[in-house]
This record gives sequence, C-alpha cells and structure tokens, in this order.
Amino acid sequence: MRTNDLILQTITKIVIFIILAFSLHLFFAGHYTPGGGFIGGLMTAAALVLLLLAFDAKTVKKIFPVDFKKVTAVGLLIAVFTGIGSFIFGVPFLTHTYDYFDIPILGETGLATAVLFDIGVYLVVIGVTMTIIQTIGEDE
Amino acid sequence: MIDVLLNVALVLLSVSTLGFVYRVIKGPTTPDRVIALDAIGINLIGITAITCIVLRTQAFLEVILLLGILAFIGTVAFSKFIEKGVIIEDERKS
Repeated sequence: MRTNDLILQTITKIVIFIILAFSLHLFFAGHYTPGGGFIGGLMTAAALVLLLLAFDAKTVKKIFPVDFKKVTAVGLLIAVFTGIGSFIFGVPFLTHTYDYFDIPILGETGLATAVLFDIGVYLVVIGVTMTIIQTIGEDE
Repeated sequence: MIDVLLNVALVLLSVSTLGFVYRVIKGPTTPDRVIALDAIGINLIGITAITCIVLRTQAFLEVILLLGILAFIGTVAFSKFIEKGVIIEDERKS
C-alpha cells in the first residue's frame, strides 16, 4: 500500500526549526533560568527523531552525515579539557570562572567557562540518544 | 477571586483528564487510546500553565512548550506504528 506523507513532511520541515531554536534557547538560558545542556541536547535529538519519523534513515544520514558515536566522544573530550584547562592557571580540577566582555552586537556580556562544559554535556546527550535510536531503528 | 477561578479551572481540567483516562482504559481500538493520550498531554499543558499562575512563577513556562513538542512527536510515532508497522523506515517506498 502506498501512502502519502505530504502533510507530515511539510509540517516537519517547518516545525523542526522551531524545535531546534527552542533547544538552543534552553541550552543558552541554562545559566540563569531552567534549562541547560541535558534538556537542550534532548530537544535537539527530538528534532532529529522527528526528521527520522517523517523521512527515513537514509535521508537523515544524507542530511546529517555525522557519526553520532564520534559526537559523544568529542563531547566527552570537551568536558574533560575544560577541567584540565584549569590546571594552566594553577587552580584545582574543574574550577570555573567568568568575566564580562564587550561583544560588538550584544554589548557587555558575561561569559562563563561553564558554558564550555555544558557544550560537552550537550554533545554527549545528542550522541548517546541518536546512537540508541538509530541502533534500535535499524531493522533486519 | 482569581485564585478561586484558577482552582475551578484546575478541577475542570482534572475531570476532563479523568474522562480521557477512561477512554484510554476502555477505548475499543488503539487509535482511540492514542488520541486520548495526546489529549491528556494537551490537558497537562493547561494544568502546568494554571499551576504557573497559582504559584506566581515563570519557572515552568519552558515545560509547556516541551510537553507540546513531546506530545506531538509521540503521537506521530504511534500513528506511524499503527499505519506502517515500522516507526523508522530504512528507505522510503513512495
């Protein structure tokens, strides 16, 4: 039986950007409001899962030619190196700091090194979730 | 005054959620249950929003959008399973 997924695919093409924007918002808002690397990564994975549902595994692999196991590894490396980076300044492991910088468009913004650690968490969550779903989703 | 109204709205939403729970348990076919679960998710969004007003906080506003997205993805996955038997296809036929 041939089915027509036109409505689902069209909706997906629009909604996926809203979900990705929401996940980025959750990620960057994590310092002062609810959110953070974990739920941001889960939402990004949810957007990719919606893409998997509306299209198929081959198409998603073509759009995102990424090995998600390597994403997990890169995330763990980033998280560890933010911890090791604190040794350069002679402070204990995983010591974080922040400062205010003048950024051209945003004005004076507080930048914390905890964001770098959060990027690691974000990548690990995306990698693990997508690896689990893609491994289970492959039938045969 | 507003608190009384909010509590009344919460009770009404709870009653309607109980109705959907009845449909989930009793529902003769699987699509009935899926639709009832989707509607329970939407009711949860409403309950979260009203609880936000009752507690006078903005901390739960992300939860609303999150529940909407998750309910949508879950329902799409269930529907695809009912229609095609597989949730993630290897390659599209059509």
